[in-house]
Amino acid sequence: MNIAVCVKEVPSGTSHKRLDPATNRLDRSGDSELNPFDLHALEEAVQIREGGADVGEIVAVCMGPASAQRALQKALALGADRAVLVSDDSLAGSDIAGTAHVLAAVVAKQDADLVILGQQAADADCYVMAAAVADYLERPVVTQVADLTVEGSGIRAKRQTEHGYDVIEAPLPAVVSVSDAINTPRLPSIKAIMGAKKKPLETLSAADAGVDSGRVGESGAQSIVRSVAPPAAKSAGVTIEDSGGDSAPQVVEILAGKGLL
Amino acid sequence: MPGLLVYVDHDEGELSPQSLGVLAKAASLGGEVTAFVAGSGVDDSWAGSLGGHGAAKVLLADDPALEGGLSQPIVDAIEASAREADAVLFGAGVVSADVAAGLAARIGAGIACESTEIALADGGVVATRPALGDTVMVESGFRGTGIVLARANAFPVNESPSGTAPVERVAVEVKPWSQAARPAGREAAEAAGVDITEAEILVAVGRGMGGPENVPLVEELAKAIGGEVAATRAVVDAGWVPYAMQVGQTGKTVSPKLYIACGVSGAIQHKVGMANAGTIVAINKDPNAPIHEFADVSVIGDALTIVPKLTEALRSR
Repeated sequence: MNIAVCVKEVPSGTSHKRLDPATNRLDRSGDSELNPFDLHALEEAVQIREGGADVGEIVAVCMGPASAQRALQKALALGADRAVLVSDDSLAGSDIAGTAHVLAAVVAKQDADLVILGQQAADADCYVMAAAVADYLERPVVTQVADLTVEGSGIRAKRQTEHGYDVIEAPLPAVVSVSDAINTPRLPSIKAIMGAKKKPLETLSAADAGVDSGRVGESGAQSIVRSVAPPAAKSAGVTIEDSGGDSAPQVVEILAGKGLL
Repeated sequence: MPGLLVYVDHDEGELSPQSLGVLAKAASLGGEVTAFVAGSGVDDSWAGSLGGHGAAKVLLADDPALEGGLSQPIVDAIEASAREADAVLFGAGVVSADVAAGLAARIGAGIACESTEIALADGGVVATRPALGDTVMVESGFRGTGIVLARANAFPVNESPSGTAPVERVAVEVKPWSQAARPAGREAAEAAGVDITEAEILVAVGRGMGGPENVPLVEELAKAIGGEVAATRAVVDAGWVPYAMQVGQTGKTVSPKLYIACGVSGAIQHKVGMANAGTIVAINKDPNAPIHEFADVSVIGDALTIVPKLTEALRSR
């Protein structure tokens, strides 16, 4: 069995997130990192292998600018055997369906039985990519998976919905998105980081990837940003820097002052 | 007036309040709105009751393959109707989001997620969402059919529905691969001793509390302040506390007078369930945690250390 993990490069949690007013696209000029939710997808792939399943290879797949190679280096350090980056100026500005089309096109070339995604991207806060990719691939999908087992030629997945937990079974090949509670991602060792540099990292153009150019990029995007505005003003809260629990009396005083105690 | 189609999700005979809220919103825009229901053995009069929530007409896809709460057969069922609509609207929910996403891929449509406002402009639908940690409001329009997925609790349900709408049954053809995934059971949410939606004070436990062994620290704080314990999805999924205590998109929606979030990051999924609390106190050592953006009192520090000190300070009052 082969596993593909779809990953994304996002602005790092500590860098300032903003839209570029000229393009209304995300400003990617600051620091970036591997989407934190994707760490759980990579970890799950590695745990499936370590759990004794016969995993041939784990390939990390990404669409993004050239800088996304760094995110893929991290994916390799975390246990992917090789990585594929689709990077092409024509893809910038793709919408969700366009991005799913690209990921599906690349995954389809990887001979992957199980495709794993994180539950959402930290920059867009959407949780729709897995189901969109699955539709393009015409494969079963289970999203928001909190527990995943590979059993023979299928998977058994527990997902959380508004009604509790559902257990869903599906034959391979299949697509899943995993919750950020499914596992605790490991930190890569120095040896793994060094080893990652020797693993294959292939960069494909949109044409190499077999992408339908009409569906991608700004011209192919079916959703269009009309305007960007600041949200309604909200009164700023009080911030207290704590040291060893010394903020407790102050918090109690504030709550008492508001009549909440 | 563009043609609006609203997908209405349901589970065990209960219509999704998230879908009903979007249906009411769509109807308020002024035109005739069509609701779409998919299921197996669905009663026409039950589907017709959507007229009371704003539907002028109900399309009903009724097929054994649509039983079981899985999204992919529903994409097959709604595809033809969606292609004829100018926009297809969805309320928040796991199945609804999966149907919206699958449909976007199927018909190559644009999709706007986490929408908190839906309006008509220039002959089409526009959706507005808070983005980048809710620091900007982004308004999107569409080429062709637009798909709008609402944020949880963005639109209120019509609380006094009356009237019915005509029901039209539509042909269903489900693809073989869409039926490959099968439901294999449900772990029913266990009944909790306390209904957290009724509590005036909630103390929430998040992953920043370290592990299940530290949940008692939060319970002690709740006891000292006269509140109940709530939780994030991450700690529920990890098995620290039962699902009935979960606040957020796939959990409960709460609006207590006071909400003390201990080691909670404040991800969107949690925020939508508690943002209407009167006063929000956030204790989190990460100054970049989203919860500090909307808390009334932000304590930057280790919840594990601060929570017991807070309990102590409350007890000594």
